[in-house]
Amino acid sequence: MTWRRLFRPAAVALAAQPILSIVCGFAVAGLAVLASGADPVQAFSALFQGAFTNPRAFTETMIATLPYIFLGLAVALGFKAGLFNIGAEGQFYLGAVFGVFIGYSVQGLPGIVHVPLALLAGMLGGFLWAAIPGIIKARTGAHEVIITIMLNYVAFQLTDFLINNRGPLADKTSSAPRTPFIQHAAQLPILIPGTRLHAGLFVALVAIPVVWFLLSRTTVGFQIRTVGLNPSAARAAGISVGWTLVITMGISGALAGLAGADEVLGVSHFMPPSFSTGYGFDSIAVALLAKSNPWAILPAAFLFGAMRNGATFMQLQTQVSADLISIVQATVIIFIAAPAIIRWIFRLRHTPAAPVQLAKTDGGATI
Amino acid sequence: MDLAIEWDQVHALLGENGAGKTTLMNVAYGLVRPDSGTILVDGNPVVIHGPQDAIRLGIGMVHQHFMLIPPLTVAENVILGHETVRAGGFVDQRAAEREVRDLSQRYGLEVDPRARIEGLPVGIQQRVEILKSLYRGARILILDEPTAVLTPQEVIGLFGILRNLAGEGSAIVFITHKLGEVMEVADTITVMRRGKVEATTRPSETNPAGLARLMVGRPVLLRVDKAPARPQRPVLELDHLVVHDDRRRVAVDGVALSVHAGEIVGIAGVEGNGQNELAEAIAGLRPDRGGRVLLDGQDVTRATTRHVLHGGLGFIPADRHRMGLVLEHSVSDNLVLSTFDRAPFARWIIRRFEAVLEYAQRLIKQFDIRAESPSQPAGSLSGGNQQKVVAARELGRQPRALLASQPTRGLDVGSIEFIHRQIVDQRDAGLAVLLISSELDEILSLADRVAVMYRGRIVAILEGDAIDRERIGLLMAGAA
Repeated sequence: MTWRRLFRPAAVALAAQPILSIVCGFAVAGLAVLASGADPVQAFSALFQGAFTNPRAFTETMIATLPYIFLGLAVALGFKAGLFNIGAEGQFYLGAVFGVFIGYSVQGLPGIVHVPLALLAGMLGGFLWAAIPGIIKARTGAHEVIITIMLNYVAFQLTDFLINNRGPLADKTSSAPRTPFIQHAAQLPILIPGTRLHAGLFVALVAIPVVWFLLSRTTVGFQIRTVGLNPSAARAAGISVGWTLVITMGISGALAGLAGADEVLGVSHFMPPSFSTGYGFDSIAVALLAKSNPWAILPAAFLFGAMRNGATFMQLQTQVSADLISIVQATVIIFIAAPAIIRWIFRLRHTPAAPVQLAKTDGGATI
Repeated sequence: MDLAIEWDQVHALLGENGAGKTTLMNVAYGLVRPDSGTILVDGNPVVIHGPQDAIRLGIGMVHQHFMLIPPLTVAENVILGHETVRAGGFVDQRAAEREVRDLSQRYGLEVDPRARIEGLPVGIQQRVEILKSLYRGARILILDEPTAVLTPQEVIGLFGILRNLAGEGSAIVFITHKLGEVMEVADTITVMRRGKVEATTRPSETNPAGLARLMVGRPVLLRVDKAPARPQRPVLELDHLVVHDDRRRVAVDGVALSVHAGEIVGIAGVEGNGQNELAEAIAGLRPDRGGRVLLDGQDVTRATTRHVLHGGLGFIPADRHRMGLVLEHSVSDNLVLSTFDRAPFARWIIRRFEAVLEYAQRLIKQFDIRAESPSQPAGSLSGGNQQKVVAARELGRQPRALLASQPTRGLDVGSIEFIHRQIVDQRDAGLAVLLISSELDEILSLADRVAVMYRGRIVAILEGDAIDRERIGLLMAGAA
């Protein structure tokens, strides 16, 4: 992708809507701050400071961006096949469990082998966990939204069981419920001394082109997109829709699992209970904001990472609750999902782009 | 454009799909706002903002797809929205039935007001639609392609009703693309092409060939030139095939039929008599089936679609938007929709776009697909060119048998000619063709043998001189 292509009128028009949605999201959140009696300018400048203004803040923003990249790609890939993978959070957990297990239990490997092995284990965990709803949907037609939501709870409880004080993965020497620390060799190396920024950054930056390549250059990707656009035509052309759904869920889960392993190997180095705080759910918003475009996942994830990281500082500085970013996120999604509002506010010309379609069932109904 | 509709007349609006007939009438019914110009009723300019205004002005519309509520009775459907309410908020059923009965007797529209819509044949449902308009006081009745779903006998019945209504002083606008019907029923004919009126004439002053020329803008062959078939060995054999529909009812009931190389077997029938289920079962899209399907001697009854397609079946599905094409994909991607993962279009899982492009360019040329470029989305092509993409994809794989379901539905005359020509040429080259069509004219002009399907069964197979429009019409209606 060259710069000239990036700034074609069509590309600009495509990006205009998400950007304007973000502007509107902040505007609405600003009104909420105003209504609560605080100063929105102060709040947002604190948010910005907390996210960017010193090297440590910036690297922490990068760290928060990484899971959003993997998970955003995971959800976006599902969207491409018409699947709404709400289970990214659960797959994130399973990836972390598999990754931490390989990370602490295997000994004596050099880092160059151990890290990839643990990351692959995380992908396997996510793959298996996501393949379950894929298979159930393909076999019985049950809706993946319901199954993946339910499997999230199973995943939370399962990890709780595994790492509580007497669980099979628990560190018996610790009084807190958690897994043992991973081997030193399994740790993702720190990139900048004095910060927590780790080599998972490269993994994430490679994942984006890989997913793009998969979707646009391979037969599997073509199959995924065809099933997502028109399952009836796919079936009539001899494409196995069921198999495609299973494989899509599997790959989507593998990406989510990679996020979990990356987090364990790069940041925490062990796995505590209630490991994630909603990364998987936020990532649905990341994928929507990026309109499921793998390249656009990068800026969308970065925005969400910055908001997440800046929110704490904002709360400390201005007493405005960190939950403010939830308002921003939620309104951004509303504006993304209702392009007509954005066009009306900004008097954009109507380009007959397809509306954001969260999920398309075989019957053609949209959610 | 200008158009004047007179009282006491059946005015036919003739034109190809996309000529603007339906849009024009949607303007008259208030569904579409005109950009400029005026509508006059009885010489007075009127503004029609919506169907409510149109109904008030006495304009009624019978849509191509009926707007009826299946579980309700005829009377209930007719009075819907205009109910006579008794004290206490109850609908006066008796009065409704009486009124509907009076209306139907007055105009010769035989219907039982108490019958439920879901149990009625399509022809009768259409009468209910007409009654609905009359009940609301319509004096100008617009019918959009009313014969598309009827048997030939039902068409004759409808024409009788239309003549009657015109005789009673109504104005009838009859939208169609079928030349024969226009000659038969219309008092005045207006031919439209590309949104403009080409000519207004009378049946006595013209003939079908003349009308076709006006419609298309050039002389048209109304008959397909073809040599007698020289059937060889059987390629597609159906052995007591039983297929269930989505509601698990028997839709295809013991169909036995064989299609030989070098012949076209047509399946005639009113839509909804099991043809779709039959086609989907042959293509491996309906697993719920009994009996046997043989393709080139191989049992493919339980085979997947992929297996059947690669085993030598070309499949043109009835609904090209839903099943034939992925409209968002490019023309070239649609041309390899069933072969994208095979050599030379892919190596391992990597797609080879040069090979796809080269192949697409060849087919675009061979099948005269009018596309600006192979990377254009298929959805941006005209209907005729979209269908050419489907035909090119399926015939381009050089199948041994072709299953073509409604291959020319909704197409312009030029595209119909082209696709018919392709089918006949491929037949002459030894292809076995099973043609499913609810357009009797298409069956009559293409098929070497005609199987008539009624309620899931093949009720007769006609050959040679026995192929007769009237006979087939009766068989399609289940009377024989």
